[in-house]
Amino acid sequence: MKPAPFDYVRPGSLEEALQALAGHPGAKVLAGGQSLVPLLSMRLAAPAVLVDINDLPDLDHVRVSADGVRIGALARHAAVLRDPDVARVQPLVPLALANVAHATIRNRGTTVGSLVHADAAAEMPMVLRLLDGSLDVAGPGGRRTIPVAELYVGPLESSLHHDEIAVEAFFPALAPHTGVAFEEIARRHGDYAMCGVAAVVTLDGDRVVQARAGYLSVSDVPAVIDLTDALGGEVTEASLAAAADAALEQLEPETDIHATADYRAHLARVLTARVVTAAHENAREARS
Amino acid sequence: MTEQTHEIRLNVNGVEHEAAVPARRLLSDALRHDLGLTGTHVGCEHGVCGACTVLVDGQPMRSCLMFAVSAAGHEITTVEGLARPDGELGPVQQAFRECHGLQCGFCTPGFLTTITAGIAENPDPTEDEARDMVAGNLCRCTGYQNIVKAVCRAAELARADEDGAA
Amino acid sequence: MTTKMMGAKVQRVEDDRLVRGTGRYVDDVAPDALHAAVLRSPHAHARIVSIDVDAVLDVEGVHAVWTHEDLEGAMADPLPLLIPHPTLTHGRTQYALAKDEVNYVGEAIAFVVADDRYVAEDALAQIVVEYDLLPAVVGIEAARSGAQLVHDDVPGNVAARMEQSNGDAAAAIAAAPHTLSLDLHIERSACMPMEGRGTVARWDPDQNRLQVWTSTQTSTGVRAAVAAKLGLDLGQVDVITPDVGGGFGVKIVHPWPEELLVPLAAQRLGRAVKFTEDRREHFISSAHERAQVHHVEVGFDDEGRVLGLDVRFWHDHGAYTPYGLIVPIITSTQLLGPYKPGAYHVQFDSLYTNTVIVTPYRGAGRPQGCFVMERTMDAIAAELGKDRADVRALNFIQPDEFPYDQGLIFQDGRELTYDSGDYPAMLDKIKELVDWDHFEDFRAAKAAEGKRVGLGLACYVEGTGVGPYEGAHVHIETSGKVKVATGLTSQGQGHQTAFAQIVADELGVRFEDVEITTGDTRRMPYAVGTFASRAAVMSGSAIHLAAKRAKEKALRIAADALEADIEDLEIVDGVVSVKGTDSSIPLGTVAVLSNPLRYAFDEASKAATQFNVGDPTKPPVAEDDEPGLEGKDFYSPPRSTFASGMHAVIVETDVDTAEIRILKYAVVHDCGHLINPMIVEGQIHGGVAQGVGGALYERMAYDESGQLLNASFMDFLMPYVTEVPTSIEIDHLETPSPLNPLGIKGAGEAGVIPGSAAFAAAIEDAERLPITAMPISPSELFALRAAHAPHAQESK
Repeated sequence: MKPAPFDYVRPGSLEEALQALAGHPGAKVLAGGQSLVPLLSMRLAAPAVLVDINDLPDLDHVRVSADGVRIGALARHAAVLRDPDVARVQPLVPLALANVAHATIRNRGTTVGSLVHADAAAEMPMVLRLLDGSLDVAGPGGRRTIPVAELYVGPLESSLHHDEIAVEAFFPALAPHTGVAFEEIARRHGDYAMCGVAAVVTLDGDRVVQARAGYLSVSDVPAVIDLTDALGGEVTEASLAAAADAALEQLEPETDIHATADYRAHLARVLTARVVTAAHENAREARS
Repeated sequence: MTEQTHEIRLNVNGVEHEAAVPARRLLSDALRHDLGLTGTHVGCEHGVCGACTVLVDGQPMRSCLMFAVSAAGHEITTVEGLARPDGELGPVQQAFRECHGLQCGFCTPGFLTTITAGIAENPDPTEDEARDMVAGNLCRCTGYQNIVKAVCRAAELARADEDGAA
Repeated sequence: MTTKMMGAKVQRVEDDRLVRGTGRYVDDVAPDALHAAVLRSPHAHARIVSIDVDAVLDVEGVHAVWTHEDLEGAMADPLPLLIPHPTLTHGRTQYALAKDEVNYVGEAIAFVVADDRYVAEDALAQIVVEYDLLPAVVGIEAARSGAQLVHDDVPGNVAARMEQSNGDAAAAIAAAPHTLSLDLHIERSACMPMEGRGTVARWDPDQNRLQVWTSTQTSTGVRAAVAAKLGLDLGQVDVITPDVGGGFGVKIVHPWPEELLVPLAAQRLGRAVKFTEDRREHFISSAHERAQVHHVEVGFDDEGRVLGLDVRFWHDHGAYTPYGLIVPIITSTQLLGPYKPGAYHVQFDSLYTNTVIVTPYRGAGRPQGCFVMERTMDAIAAELGKDRADVRALNFIQPDEFPYDQGLIFQDGRELTYDSGDYPAMLDKIKELVDWDHFEDFRAAKAAEGKRVGLGLACYVEGTGVGPYEGAHVHIETSGKVKVATGLTSQGQGHQTAFAQIVADELGVRFEDVEITTGDTRRMPYAVGTFASRAAVMSGSAIHLAAKRAKEKALRIAADALEADIEDLEIVDGVVSVKGTDSSIPLGTVAVLSNPLRYAFDEASKAATQFNVGDPTKPPVAEDDEPGLEGKDFYSPPRSTFASGMHAVIVETDVDTAEIRILKYAVVHDCGHLINPMIVEGQIHGGVAQGVGGALYERMAYDESGQLLNASFMDFLMPYVTEVPTSIEIDHLETPSPLNPLGIKGAGEAGVIPGSAAFAAAIEDAERLPITAMPISPSELFALRAAHAPHAQESK
């Protein structure tokens, strides 16, 4: 299990990095490498060139403002997870990050790298989608912002162009009167989940005016489902069941060696109720 | 066709090493085969088992998921760097011995490095925190029971060091 | 007074080097070696039409590329069938490199040696093989049907059919007041040591000798195989087993193709050559175990006493049978556990499939046997509405019935006769540890919280310490240090510590002065290997006997020197003294005296030169003596020892998600006298964790075409710390074995044996639905719930 040969460049500036990418159609960007390197070692991927962006300046930031959290391409999961301001402004980010693999992987892996890897079984792409965030990418033509709705186009496929580098992700702040929750069930602690669900619930008084849930491992692209109508403004056993029904109409869980489609669907149902309830509770606390 | 090599300087356990390696050389292989530091073990080469864990600037990382060329310029600590300056066992090493935290010893270096960083960050872990600290490392021999004990004991020894130094 | 070391929790001498990173595993030696890589079959069953290696010859840094065509003589023949058996009528083994046909994904086809492993893998990618695909036989059902054959000349895919009985089971069942039938399944798993296989070889042209370092459980076995296959004299081959990163059974298999190809390459190329197996290779080209399907017929009386037991089972041994029938023979005999059924009949078929070979994995057929027997006991209790522990107690062999002959032939060809044990006492202990009698209160309290819990119990007996023999050589040096060699190998069991404890006690020397060497054929060329929980029993006993011989000689010489009677001497902390006097002599000096010298090389040795010692009228070395202070002996018992144990587990099965959580795990264990309780408990901990893996997480997931779908640590789910019990409560019972001088039995495998049985019982108890197949995942438990839900049929 050793990687095939590749050329290696470690540019010192974004411009050089973009030039390197533009010059080599077979090039791939290396940031944390926690998903990429195993693929290389198993020779499931064999790019001709690796563009190591770890020396690029000013990309390891975690910037928090009232409108949300901006995470640079070289910020490691661990750094984002540790930042108390992130938890304050958008608590769903650390809630989900704590479930990304194990601590040692989070020390090297980058949040933006995970977003670009576009795995529907991974936590952060789903969270970005649920929160309606965006990804800033730099390319030969300059910088552009990709809204998350346009980011995930297929299994393990994002809408980034080959010659673009993701430079920053934006996770919007928690809205007023809003609560969030996250829970996943994996075979082993730290594994990819058999199913995971996150929820964002917004109240107006006692009434649920918006409820959305994001789903892991039960679809081939990160899935977000609006449960507002199904809940009918309140969180009760019946409305939660209706919400789960609504979600399952749109999800397409599949069977693999760890879980059947039926079981995943069941977990999606159980977790929908749990996280909507928890997010609702958090929203009530936030309001008081 | 000859593969291009890169001249790199690796700072390992406080010592500067020079090596010429192809870009694809994994850090784990560079440590073991280019520098002869065979204490770091390779158990899976896909980042799941943790046997190859080393400290990069004090943080535990999988050396099988990094290229040696990317590690240049960082301070790396391997199991060979965990003993005290006088050659005595460091607190985590000593705790593993006292608590019978190892059997075949193959996964052990990855545990030792991980725990060294863990107790630096959390000097007085509860048993649950001790478990959490080693939750990303596989051991096939010990059933982890004595490893968890060793984490708590290592923290105790390290705290005693601190008190002694203060 | 020297403290007695036997039974003490002595810290391990191995640990200092292992925690410093200065241990030596095979991949750590010979940094100058060339590296080998193996092209492995991507298909489960295919004929090889052609292999084109031309492109590889141009790859820079490649030193050799071989296929079967490049092998000669014995190397071109199939690998040895290590353990032949009369009923193994259709045994087959693979070639070092496949000839004409491949029978599993992972079978070795071509061998490349290059400057490093990276280049070697580049070269593999250049080899072009044309295959003619054949249908793959995967799983026991497919093998049993015989519709497709793995080997053309093995009808029905049956390598062996074996049958044993004690009494007329069919008649006993027919006459019994109650009968039950059960179908019970266990899936494949694997040893999965953290270090894979590995071999390094150096050919020394100056001495015409081969030196092989290999990660094995038998260095003498590898030595014999390498010599035979390479056409060398045994005396030309040295095999050294350094630190080994876990074995658990898989490394007893030998010679692996690479264990022959690497030495051959070293000889042909005149360079050191190294093969280090990677993790993916370990999954597809080492060995698996466990997969069996069992059908049980049992007859019993109103109390639950078993009157007749008939077990028919099918064993999936994969593509070849290099290790014979050891696993199914063990299942078929050891499933009886601590019980004495009135009559017993067992028959098994050992079947070929197009999958990785099956060889013993820690427990070796016993986890399956224990699962079968314990599920049967639980089924009897359920049928009669009796307490599960009571039904077991009723069927136990009683303490006054030892030695107890089960009337069968065991895996070593010897009678299955238990040496000692006390199962009723053990049951009392386990019930107390797990609070058996108050479990219903606990269940009710949990139910009030909306939680579902269950309790499971499983009992086993384990034949340990099988023969034929082990030996030991003890050498007391003139420094007083004691150098001990035994031939079997170590994979982390702490032999250097436990064996030194035995020597320290027997010789009366300081523990720190004893150094143990294992697995080095230069030091002890006669040995068998480390498997079947036999190291402590076999080598421990041999070392004890060898130390005794060295001690006898030391006392004889010391008695002479001190002008005292042997009976009046004692050895404490390495000094021989006349009891109750100041008269004494250090063992080192005795060693000096044992070796009459012509040449003095230091102050001490002056005492042994010709003008200083001996009677000038007699030969310096007596006719019946030899120079040196040494002892050598072998231990060869008539039959196995029989350790035993009982595990109890309490689980919670999540009402909503079907997740299975371990609330309590308790173990009672009897391995006779304990040499080092710390090490024994460590073995139990590790075994329990593997038992948890085997019960709840680990399986080999093959698809219909014979591709292993989870050949990585991502998807083969070995437990992390987060999946094992937070504590394991252990109690010991010590019924010494009468078969060896130390009264010890083995402890290596015990912890893993009852895992699946205990978890199945606990889950069944929690869920009130039958658990007949292990391992079980939450997804499978969810499916079982659905299948057993009231009106499940109607609602579908």
